[in-house]
Amino acid sequence: MLEIRNLVVKIADEDKQILNGLNLTVNDGEVAAIMGPNGSGKSTLSYVIAGKEDYEVLDGEILLNGENVLEMEADARAAAGIFLAFQYPLEIPGVATMTFLKAAMNAQRKARGQDELLTPDFIKQVNAAADKLGIAKDMLRRPLNVGFSGGEKKRMEILQMALLSPSMCILDETDSGLDIDALRIVAEGVNALRAKNRSFLVITHYQRLLDHIVPDTVHVMSKGRIVKTGGKELALELEKSGYASYGEAA
Amino acid sequence: MAIVTPLKTAAEQQLVQQYADSKAELPGGPAVRKLREDAFAGFEAKGLPHRRLESWRYTDLRTLLREARPLAGGAAVTAAMKARLTALKLDALRLVLVDGVFAPELSTLDAIPEGVSVQSLADALVSPREDLTRILAGPSVGNDDTGLALNTALMRDGIFVEIADGVELARPVVIVALASGDEERAVFHRSVVLAGRGAKGTVVEVSEAAGEAAQQINGAIVFETSDESEIRHVRLVTRQQAATVEVQSLLATVGAHAKFDSFALVANAGTVRQQHFVRFAGEHSEIGLRGVNLINKAQHSDVTLIVDHEVPHGTSRELFKTIAGGEATGVFQGKVIVRKYAQKTDGGMKSNALLLNDGASMYNKPELEIFADDVVCGHGATVAQIDGDQLFYLMARGLPRPQAEALVLQAFAGEAVEFVGDETVRELVMAEVEAWLKAREAASEVSTV
Repeated sequence: MLEIRNLVVKIADEDKQILNGLNLTVNDGEVAAIMGPNGSGKSTLSYVIAGKEDYEVLDGEILLNGENVLEMEADARAAAGIFLAFQYPLEIPGVATMTFLKAAMNAQRKARGQDELLTPDFIKQVNAAADKLGIAKDMLRRPLNVGFSGGEKKRMEILQMALLSPSMCILDETDSGLDIDALRIVAEGVNALRAKNRSFLVITHYQRLLDHIVPDTVHVMSKGRIVKTGGKELALELEKSGYASYGEAA
Repeated sequence: MAIVTPLKTAAEQQLVQQYADSKAELPGGPAVRKLREDAFAGFEAKGLPHRRLESWRYTDLRTLLREARPLAGGAAVTAAMKARLTALKLDALRLVLVDGVFAPELSTLDAIPEGVSVQSLADALVSPREDLTRILAGPSVGNDDTGLALNTALMRDGIFVEIADGVELARPVVIVALASGDEERAVFHRSVVLAGRGAKGTVVEVSEAAGEAAQQINGAIVFETSDESEIRHVRLVTRQQAATVEVQSLLATVGAHAKFDSFALVANAGTVRQQHFVRFAGEHSEIGLRGVNLINKAQHSDVTLIVDHEVPHGTSRELFKTIAGGEATGVFQGKVIVRKYAQKTDGGMKSNALLLNDGASMYNKPELEIFADDVVCGHGATVAQIDGDQLFYLMARGLPRPQAEALVLQAFAGEAVEFVGDETVRELVMAEVEAWLKAREAASEVSTV
């Protein structure tokens, strides 16, 4: 369970405050969507949960299963079960995707006191997960995300999510830059991972993604706070009326 | 007319004395002796290179060499030397210099393949071939360099390798220059590699300390490669004492339709100045000069190069990657000259540095001198810190900061290492890079910029 209480955040090097006392709870197994216009603070929220350093938390707390994660570095948060699927996955030239996947899986196992994966087991797991997402073997041999299309990068994010089996998945604008086929593959990948002990926070501008990943709850974010919470029908409403009634320009 | 004699430093005076004392016993007949005399006169006129010389601006040898150490004349083989050679896991024709003097007992002379001839330079100088004297006189670029002049004057030994026309080396030739390290000594060695028409192969130079004492090393290697040859050079300076000062000159003259490339790794060394003087002697050739410098503490790595496009249709690429932590200093000075008739030259030079903390420095000075009007030439120099977004991405996947940094740094260095053509040598280079990064990771050093 993820609980965010009165979170106030500014950009570290500037006086610009982005989150203004945000409250949010995502229960175990829940798929929560956050919708909101550009600049409402959605991506900032995802970065702050994952532990990016460019922000300063002025107040509030983020609890994962009762434990405050704000004191942890990003790697410790990952080992605790937080996974952020990036809106713009980073290209890491010179690091083969397989090398990276193995390093990430073993680092998390190490942090949890588990033994390192044996190479054959690792390869088996990766191949099985990659097949489900239609990821070609050749992509796994290439440097991480380098020269990948938008759709390939997003599929790679979901592959990592599947392999690292986190308990709290955050999807930041995962639909951006995807055509309808890629969107379907990514959504199916996410849906396959839905489980009783795994929660999702799906951040999106558009209702479109929520046709494929059907949320349990929808939160509307505006000016750094959650201003309305409802069921999946709220997303449809927003699609018609826009964000104007929440004090934001469309 | 007043004659102005610049005041000599203690080291310069000692060098004058050493040269006077040793010139009679340094190898070579009259022609070589004349070379030495001319070179030493050049040194005497200018003294040790210092920061007021543009090409030595960031590596002040005059200040670094307060005292000139006694000239080394070889040293007894020790267990430490044998251990170093055993640790060097490379299937190669191994030729060893101990304090700059050829040590046949440590070399694998039974492994010399057909079409390759190997001689100690001292032997070759006894009655040198006409072409050897000419080659030792140096190419048209770099000739006025005092570091190189000192090498010419005082070179005691080295390896002379000749690869016959059409011969393709199945295994690399590795020249291991071991510093005995019993006492502080000055070492001057020069090797020469001649590659015949269509010859192909890799020559690796390893410069290592097999003892505790700091050395003053002045080494040089000369390549003359014929038409259609493909010669690759790799230098590893990966185990030197922190107080060792090392000047390494690479001189290359490349024939037509040929390929020549050089890669150098500096890690765990003291002060290293590498200077590359390369020239295109024939058309339609490719030259690549690349390297990785891994420096921390008070280490200093200077790469200064001149690429001379004397003829048309030459392609040159330079790529140097520097990772500097501690109080370390990196230097890159690259000059690409395109002569008036060198039309259709294609040149690209890059130096990228990552500074790991505030104490580290990097000086980048790329230069293009273009006299032709139909060329494509570019250069780029960057100094940056580790990309925070990349780091966050890796950490968000669970990699602890030191490991995430190591991965980013390895990738950064890897972009240059991947150009090492010989697979086993490339793996050796990458293993050295990884060992340096592992040591940093194990010490939980992280960047603080």
